[in-house]
Amino acid sequence: MRAALFVTCVNDALYPRTGIAVVRLLERLGVAVDFPAAQSCCGQPQYNSGYRRESEPLLRRTAEAFAGYPYVVTPSGSCAAMVRCHYPRIGRAAEREGRGPGLSALAEELVPRVYELTEFLVDVLGVTDVGAYFPHTVTYHPSCHGLRGLGLGERPRRLLSAVRGLDLVELPGAQECCGFGGTFAVKNPDVSAAMGTDKAASAVGTGAEVLCGADNSCLAHLDGILRRRGADTRTLHLAEILASTEEEPLT
Amino acid sequence: MSGTFMGMPGMPGMPGMPERSDRPDAPELPATPALPDFPAFPDAARQAVGDPVLRANLRRATHTIRDKRARAVAELADWDRLRAAGKAIKDHTLRHLDRYLVQLEEAVTAAGGTVHWAADADEANRIVTGLVLATGHREVVKVKSMATQEIGLNEALEAAGIAAYETDLAELIVQLGHDRPSHILVPAIHRNRAEIREIFAAEMGRRGRPAPEGLGDDPRELAEAARLHLREKFLRAKVAVSGANFMVAETGTMVVFESEGNGRMCLTLPETLISVVGIEKVVPTFRDLEVFLQTLPRSSTAERMNPYTTMWTGLGPSRGADDDGPSAFHLVLLDNGRTDTLADEVGRQALRCIRCSACLNVCPVYERAGGHAYGSVYPGPIGAVLSPQLRGTGSAIDASLPYASTLCGACYEVCPVAIDIPEVLVHLRERVAQGGPVTREGIRVRIRPARGHTAERAAMRAARLLLDRPGALRAGERLLARARRLRPRRLPGPGRAWTDSRELPQLPAQSFRDWWARERGDRA
Ligand code: SF4
Repeated sequence: MRAALFVTCVNDALYPRTGIAVVRLLERLGVAVDFPAAQSCCGQPQYNSGYRRESEPLLRRTAEAFAGYPYVVTPSGSCAAMVRCHYPRIGRAAEREGRGPGLSALAEELVPRVYELTEFLVDVLGVTDVGAYFPHTVTYHPSCHGLRGLGLGERPRRLLSAVRGLDLVELPGAQECCGFGGTFAVKNPDVSAAMGTDKAASAVGTGAEVLCGADNSCLAHLDGILRRRGADTRTLHLAEILASTEEEPLT
Repeated sequence: MSGTFMGMPGMPGMPGMPERSDRPDAPELPATPALPDFPAFPDAARQAVGDPVLRANLRRATHTIRDKRARAVAELADWDRLRAAGKAIKDHTLRHLDRYLVQLEEAVTAAGGTVHWAADADEANRIVTGLVLATGHREVVKVKSMATQEIGLNEALEAAGIAAYETDLAELIVQLGHDRPSHILVPAIHRNRAEIREIFAAEMGRRGRPAPEGLGDDPRELAEAARLHLREKFLRAKVAVSGANFMVAETGTMVVFESEGNGRMCLTLPETLISVVGIEKVVPTFRDLEVFLQTLPRSSTAERMNPYTTMWTGLGPSRGADDDGPSAFHLVLLDNGRTDTLADEVGRQALRCIRCSACLNVCPVYERAGGHAYGSVYPGPIGAVLSPQLRGTGSAIDASLPYASTLCGACYEVCPVAIDIPEVLVHLRERVAQGGPVTREGIRVRIRPARGHTAERAAMRAARLLLDRPGALRAGERLLARARRLRPRRLPGPGRAWTDSRELPQLPAQSFRDWWARERGDRA
């Protein structure tokens, strides 16, 4: 099986370890991974900030970069949700306003091929035990776009529960937003920090060594708060935990 | 002719009231911002975030009600279908609003009521003030109503020498405290018992029956003090003002949902009843209420059934000596930006709102910022999409409201009429950041972007240009990697907002793109 990795701009520039983990994990599971170099950002920052038209060329770029791949896998719930929930809408609006001919068709064509990592593992590959080993206490924060936008449900927790040595502890108020929200973190810094501080405090309160998530932008915000407060809890992307094995453990 | 553009009938002439067509008609565009001096949301929220008592109060109240709501909703196996039905009824009604409003007017008139049309707050206030003055009375009792708060009716009445008494307990607390409401359902959610006791002791005597000597802060004592204070008002009042949760077009029936029974006293005891209702509150048939009778109480107070549901149709069939209820009924249909909102394809869904407040109670931003920060009687997620549409985005607060959300989607998930609030927020952000076509007083106009977005717009364009050229992107990433040792603890400019409370992410030595080229490049 072949799949294209949609690494996303944040992971590309700031969290390459996540992308590397996805490549290792998928290859271990027998998937041939491609990285189409023409890919870029999904356009979410533009779209969510009210610059819908600025997101149109990025929609086109993303759709064209992944043309022909039956599976496009991304380790970001919010970028997957951007494609699935908003691309068709952006495409239709662009055509209605007389810009971007074919944008709508490009979007519709891409949507069914895009999978968030845990969807791809559970729904396409049909695995919940990916053969990972990670002997630590972990608590999981389901980011809003994965939780409500994509409806990932129990997939991430089922994958984590099957990791050998891993002790999964419940995060109180897990479904509540961490307060990142893209530009919200900068436009409404006080509310954002208050939300993040509460989330970070619940994570610390679980006693877990690791706060795990499937969206590095939310984790960047939470990690920034945890480190500023000198907490010992580390943040890790789910992919890194799933990529960790007894032979090649995550350090 | 009224300023609305749906072919609405003009307002019938009222004694002492100028017809709208008599007014010098000079609509200024853009509309005057409702709150020119109110600070933008981030500034207004800062205060609440820094108040630990307020935060604790809000947290306790919202979490309690949201958990109860979730249990009440889970009891119904067909919740999703009820939600879809509520959405469908509202959408259908909004699509044919002109028709249903005319039908409603006919039904209300046939049942002995009088219908008035108000294009905006000023007109509605003038109508109500005129109606009250015409009765010769100078006091009104009020049923809790968002529409009358939206238009500032109490203030308009006071200016005309008419005292307006709120009778809902929480509303009474807000009124006596010279305060503003901070929640749709629980306007005094931000007040604790001790504060309420203070307010009652200090203010009740100035407005009527004083609070009992030595009043304590036990909830039952406080409720009893309010009951005694209000009873005097109910028994004396000859005029009442209400809103309505629903209006039934086919029968002309008004429907008020409430929990305390104070509303029913106002709706039945006085001689004259004046209801001010937003035009979006109409539903086509009596049968349609069956859906909302299930979804509204469960969404708002987590009750299976509403404690007091009062319905009336005009003046009823006979007016014999034994009949209860007012002998004059006036319905003021309020537009105040609603038909303009209706003209917006994406934003019009906000008019489906049944004011249950479920979205407030699940909103993590509302929980921290409190209701006052939204600068409107409609706080929380629904306020963030409704106020900038009803009032326009001309003021600092209205331009900031679409950004008062992380787009987490919790509001959409609980909304009993499935308003996609995040979708509308993004749509309104576009209006604020880039300008575009809007409808104001029935006229299609193009508005300019709100002030202060020039730098952001340039940054977004620059980012897009960079991101659309992977070669340039890769070069940029390399530069970033080289600068990784220069990681400041505090950033200047807008970045400061991040580093004030958070560390910056550690920059990697190489981007994923570079790793791939090195490790797997042969396969790409
Ligand atoms: S938007 Fe929906 S959830 Fe919020 S108050 Fe209105 S009906 Fe209730």
